[in-house]
Amino acid sequence: MKKKFIIEGLGCANCASKMEDAIKKLDGVKDATVNFITRKLVIEGEDDKMPEIIDKAAKIVKDIEPYTTLKKA
Amino acid sequence: MKKRLWRIITGAVLFAASIIIEFYTDWFVIPLYLISYIVVGGDVLLRACRNIVKGKVFDENFLMAFATIGAMFIAEYPEAIAVMLFYQIGELFQDYAVDKSRKSISSLMDIRPDYANLKRGEEIRRVDPDEVRIGDIIIIKAGERVPLDGKVIEGRSMLDTSALTGESVPREIEPGSEVLSGCININGLISVEVTKEYDESTVSKILDLVENASSKKSRSERFITKFAAYYTPVVVITAVFLAIIPPLAFRGETFSEWIYRALSFLVVSCPCALVISVPLTFFGGIGGASRKGILVKGGNHMEALAKTEILVFDKTGTLTKGVFNVQKIQPEGITGEELLELVAYAESYSSHPISNSLRQAFGKDIDRSRISDVEEVLGHGVIATVDGKKVMAGNVKLMDMMNIDYNDTEHAGTIVHAAVDNKYAGYIVIADEVKEDSGQAIKDLRQANIKQIIMLTGDSEVAASKVAEELGIDKVYSELLPGDKVEKVEELLSRKSENGKLAFAGDGINDAPVLARADIGIAMGGLGSDAAIEAADVVIMTDEPSKIASAINISKMTIGIAWQNIVMAIGIKVVILALSAFGITGMWAAIFGDVGVTILAVLNSFRALDVKNL
Repeated sequence: MKKKFIIEGLGCANCASKMEDAIKKLDGVKDATVNFITRKLVIEGEDDKMPEIIDKAAKIVKDIEPYTTLKKA
Repeated sequence: MKKRLWRIITGAVLFAASIIIEFYTDWFVIPLYLISYIVVGGDVLLRACRNIVKGKVFDENFLMAFATIGAMFIAEYPEAIAVMLFYQIGELFQDYAVDKSRKSISSLMDIRPDYANLKRGEEIRRVDPDEVRIGDIIIIKAGERVPLDGKVIEGRSMLDTSALTGESVPREIEPGSEVLSGCININGLISVEVTKEYDESTVSKILDLVENASSKKSRSERFITKFAAYYTPVVVITAVFLAIIPPLAFRGETFSEWIYRALSFLVVSCPCALVISVPLTFFGGIGGASRKGILVKGGNHMEALAKTEILVFDKTGTLTKGVFNVQKIQPEGITGEELLELVAYAESYSSHPISNSLRQAFGKDIDRSRISDVEEVLGHGVIATVDGKKVMAGNVKLMDMMNIDYNDTEHAGTIVHAAVDNKYAGYIVIADEVKEDSGQAIKDLRQANIKQIIMLTGDSEVAASKVAEELGIDKVYSELLPGDKVEKVEELLSRKSENGKLAFAGDGINDAPVLARADIGIAMGGLGSDAAIEAADVVIMTDEPSKIASAINISKMTIGIAWQNIVMAIGIKVVILALSAFGITGMWAAIFGDVGVTILAVLNSFRALDVKNL
């Protein structure tokens, strides 16, 4: 399953790549990309683990850049 | 943005006031400095604390806070505030530049339809394109964007496809024509039956492709990410050594001097300029190319395109139109019109492309009552009675079989010989035509330093070499079966140089295996063909081969800008690090090494958007 989000307030390119790396390492995630320019986060993961993955991803994003919000695209 | 600007201005005014006051009295100056410091850099301090609590050091905020507080400890108050101020202004500029480039890139891709006029019964409602289902009827007014792919059921109009193809000539549409989402309806009102849901529509597919292209990273991008991962820790550790070792090792060196130098190091250690410069450039290049109707599916493919050494073309449909036309009529004993009429009639029951083009050249309706006794001789031709005359039309084998003396001739294309009442009546040549811009395409490719241009075809050698000669192609392999094409490409792959790449351009439908085998698969005429978009690395939306050279030129420029950014960012940072280590420059230069370089890199990457003349 693929889910898309927009990270509003994403301001730092290095942070974007940190987020990408951290989310990729989550359990059940097949692939994840954070596009700094479009501010899009795309997570591809196992269907049954998806809700958990999304929660954790939201936390990672907030941790790295506190002034952002994750929105459904 | 506004709020930040005001805070910076307030802080700057306070800071200026403190400096002026310091001229007259020392009293109250330090608290004033502290206040202006907090006004200017409060948010940075806050974020730095937050990150420390979470155990994350080494981010930009931490480094800035640490460097400026450090400067205050060695009593460099004005310096600390100025540095923080400069940093904030730089950040503001940087955000502005990034925002601006985000906007110009997204305006490039501003082809997303906002709404659809859905017709249910007599009622017309404005809905989200997402809500429209296959089979629904939508109304598209003049000036509106086509929201979903479909078929026209009512109305005539002109369609502007430039957003998808870069093609400025509008396309005429009438009932039965297909319309693709993303195009703009220029004048008439049309009703369209939707054939694809929004997610599957052309516009969604293209946007998806362009946006996801940046996830396929180029070598330069991987290099810079890797570099950045080592760069920051190395600089920070060096800074620590710099602060401690020289004052201990050398007599007369003070801690405050060396700590100051080390703090400058920390400021330059932020990797943002490095990390942002490359993807932004690629995004610009890919976005710009898409505006010209060229979809490049990733930074890696762009890199490969820029290194193309051998370009292999498929002939039919790529360099030639793939439509067969009557090129020559050579009658014997009758007029050319008679010959064409008789042959068109004789062939009128066949649905072969050759027969179709004969009928098209004849141009009049076929009166079936004039034909009788049609006999098709498989692989040879056809024998029929037209107006009471026995007409034979076919290849030389048919003529041999029927013992007819014929004019043996060689032409590029298919030759249809004809005989009337057992007497030879001449021949008609039918051939594919070279596309208008094929010649230009080959010239442009040579100019782009492509070493070898090769053509593969299933056609006869005569037909192939005529096209090759006309266009100036280096080498032709003809009479290939579809499987042979893969083999030929493999053979050519083994012959190229180590770093050079081989690109194959074909129509994307019949050539899918070859597209997959080549280093870069370029599909032509991708507009409306999902198969082509799926199979290739680069999709040319129109069927103009000259766009291949554009794609290569855009790629070369993009890669060039990306490397410029890398060299510039690393170069400036290294120079500033060296200068600060020797105490030649201070924290001011260090700030430039951080935000200044980022701004320069962002501005430089803007250039990748300008692909008009490539």
